[in-house]
Amino acid sequence: MKPDSVIIELSPRFEVGAKKALQNTQLRRNMGKATQTIRAKRSAVVDEKSDWQALREAGWQIKADVMAQLDTYLVQLEAAVTAAGGVVHWARDAREANHIVTELIRQTGTNEIIKVKSLTTDEIRLNEHLEEAGIQAIETDLAELIIQLANEKSSHILVPAIHKNRSEIRALFQKAMNLPDLTDEPKALAAAARQYLREKFMSVKVATSGANFAIAETGSVCVVESEGNGRMCLTMPDVLITVMGIEKILPKWQDLGVFMQLLPRSSTGERMNPYTSIWTGVTPGDGPQQFHLVLLDNGRTSVLADAVGRQTLHCIRCSACINICPVYERTGGHAYGSVYPGPIGAILTPQLVGTAHASSLPYASSLCGACYDVCPVKINIPEVLVHLRGQVVAEKQKTLAGALDVEAWGMQGLATVFANRRAYEAAQSAGRLAQWPFVNDGYIDQGPGPLAAWTAMRDLGAIPQQSFRSWWRERQKHEQ
Amino acid sequence: MSSSRDAMLHRIRHAVANGVRQSQHPTESAAYEVHDQLDAPQRIAQFAHRVEEYKAWVGECDTSAVARMIAQRLAVHGHRTLVLPHDFVQMWRPEGYELIEDDHLPAAHIAASDGVISTCALGIAQTGTIVLDGGVGQGRRMLTLLPDYHCCVVPASLVVGTVPEAFARLESVIGDRRAPMTFISGPSATSDIELNRVEGVHGPRTLEVIIVRDA
Amino acid sequence: MNVALFITCFNDTLFPNTGKAVVEILERVGQQVVFPEEQTCCGQMHFNTGYQQAAMPLIRRFVDIFTPYDAIVSPSASCVGMVREMYRYAAEVQQDTQLAERVAQLADRVYEFSEFLVHKLAITDVGAYYPHRVTYHPTCHSLRGIRVGDAPERLLRAVRGIDYVPLVGAAECCGFGGTFAVKNADTSMAMLSDKIRHILDTRAEVCVAADNSCLMHIGGALHRQRSGVQIAHLAEILVAQEG
Repeated sequence: MKPDSVIIELSPRFEVGAKKALQNTQLRRNMGKATQTIRAKRSAVVDEKSDWQALREAGWQIKADVMAQLDTYLVQLEAAVTAAGGVVHWARDAREANHIVTELIRQTGTNEIIKVKSLTTDEIRLNEHLEEAGIQAIETDLAELIIQLANEKSSHILVPAIHKNRSEIRALFQKAMNLPDLTDEPKALAAAARQYLREKFMSVKVATSGANFAIAETGSVCVVESEGNGRMCLTMPDVLITVMGIEKILPKWQDLGVFMQLLPRSSTGERMNPYTSIWTGVTPGDGPQQFHLVLLDNGRTSVLADAVGRQTLHCIRCSACINICPVYERTGGHAYGSVYPGPIGAILTPQLVGTAHASSLPYASSLCGACYDVCPVKINIPEVLVHLRGQVVAEKQKTLAGALDVEAWGMQGLATVFANRRAYEAAQSAGRLAQWPFVNDGYIDQGPGPLAAWTAMRDLGAIPQQSFRSWWRERQKHEQ
Repeated sequence: MSSSRDAMLHRIRHAVANGVRQSQHPTESAAYEVHDQLDAPQRIAQFAHRVEEYKAWVGECDTSAVARMIAQRLAVHGHRTLVLPHDFVQMWRPEGYELIEDDHLPAAHIAASDGVISTCALGIAQTGTIVLDGGVGQGRRMLTLLPDYHCCVVPASLVVGTVPEAFARLESVIGDRRAPMTFISGPSATSDIELNRVEGVHGPRTLEVIIVRDA
Repeated sequence: MNVALFITCFNDTLFPNTGKAVVEILERVGQQVVFPEEQTCCGQMHFNTGYQQAAMPLIRRFVDIFTPYDAIVSPSASCVGMVREMYRYAAEVQQDTQLAERVAQLADRVYEFSEFLVHKLAITDVGAYYPHRVTYHPTCHSLRGIRVGDAPERLLRAVRGIDYVPLVGAAECCGFGGTFAVKNADTSMAMLSDKIRHILDTRAEVCVAADNSCLMHIGGALHRQRSGVQIAHLAEILVAQEG
């Protein structure tokens, strides 16, 4: 069942969106440059850590423990946050979370909030919901601001405007901020954003954020960022509302010692990100005097229930898998039609909304395994992709159209052939015979049926006259 | 609301019943590095070097020279009016500058100053990070956030080697007074434009660090 | 040691010369090779495309056929990866403990061809002579799946007369990915075009890999472009001798 009121644009299938994106030369250039840059930075700061594999293993184990005892840790977190002066809310789905946040904002009497970049609030489409309620949400992260000004959707979980280059950003800012003389120097662009948002930070009374981590034993919440917009939102307003997926919890304070090494190095390729804020409830005289923590399920407990898929919840949203992915590098994020693009999106999205609603995403990968190699918490993404493909096929076969599907018939037919040596050998001979109208100088350049997708772009070597096994048999005969 | 709580907890219990439940928290047995292999001078040198790599200016002096070094830096930038926490060490305060102690200062006053001077709770050598926890000489979070210039005085004795060591030391702070913390690694920066790090967005665009040698 | 050749259905049908080369090299270094003729397919294509129920009989069949042998050697890193990594997972998902046990006992004895030579037999020089300019593409399953490390390159560097040129961006996928090449043909081709560019930049005559499936993909584009660059399985280089 698809959870209520979720999230994700699943209009075109991945291959349709991808085909369109692949033709955008500017996008290809921007994505190629950005991913090459970040890969080099990541590998430099990961390679200098001789204990990296031990850190990954610790990250995996801590998260496995979280998943096994999630109920206990959530109750513990709730008690600690409450004791520190915060208020904890529970939201089963996007609708409940949006409702809670809207009501909390309404109670303050304001119709304007500032936001720290948060995937979780993107996932539940908080901004759109608030707009309907007459509340304007101002994104304060530079990339989110760019996207908001361009009226576009994010294409990367960490750098939502990764698909835009500096001159495109300049053009946007020139118009939106009325700065005709703005240059495309990144420093100048950043300064423009600083000026544009400063007044908001000084005056707006309510902020929302997500959470990178929350510590069950202490009730502390952690936000990792670069620009200082996070510090602003977490410090300046009177009221802070944090929306957090339930899987973001860590059992102990000490666990941050592991994750604050894994995350920055995997994410922006830095030894440490510029700013990390950690707060525990409310502190008199320092920061917001009202703190609300909204714990969001929105399909996560369904993911948890799947013994193979569960590891997806280990994700700390670093984006290393996205940056390394050769598919993402070429298609960009919009082709995935989800708040979560790239390899992690290809496994998370179908699990959150149900494979029936995102059936092309588990196939948006060549299973090259680069994502698994770089994942700081060792999520075996290829394994989960294959697992989800199994679910897609099983679901398809339940329908009439699925049962009549050409691919399904072909696969079943081949499996029957492979299950019997004689049938297999007969099929080898039949294939050799059937191909002759198409073979030209040992190659097929215009294949029939399913081969056409292959030969549209590449030639196909013809089946040779003698199979290996027939050669082997001859050889055995001669030796006797 | 409580029904959502019960429903979620129920769903979780149902979900994890299908799988391993005997998972152990691994902190005790972990094989990752907790302590570095450096001696104290090497560690300070690493700290200084890594802070500099974030394009922050780093100086080092004896405790008696801190006030003079701060004054030199302020002169370089032409700063005149500085805010600082009320409990910032007297002997480190530069002479000849307008120093405004934060006694419930309005945010606009803090923002309008030329900069802020503070000390810190910890330094982390391996990552070039300074940690503020609202303790003595650090003030509330707003104070070190709004001004465009931040000069942070870091006593060498407060520099630890690794990130896990830092969290171990900070555990008592969290336990005792639930203080909000800020980890600062270089000046405000963004990687949002073509994934290149450029300095200077909303936090202080200039960060300077003065390491105070052990007496 | 009795060495069973796991040829794979793909090589058996489409690349018989690779199999012949493997047999010749293994015999050259003193191994007795047998070919269990009942073998057909390991089930990888079915399994990875999502037809996991259809793959189960093939998996069980494979385990039955190959369990009697001391070592099982295959010229396909990808099919070896299927047996070593995914069989365990398949048994787990089926909750078939008996199969899981049999897979656990079998998996360690299944070797990719280059890893069998270099890691198991400690041989890097198989007496080959190949006076051509060659580059090597480490396929994803050999590099990250079963981690053969530098075994193929060590074998290549020991070949007399060879002009070995490393490939830029070698670790990146060529875009094959089994049915990915058809289901996402456009993206697959976009990945392949970069791989081809790097191969052409080496000015090599031959592009070598440890998997004919990826080579079929790469070779299909090289041939379509009339690039004048050939593909060859590692074994086909190693089998070449002087005279």
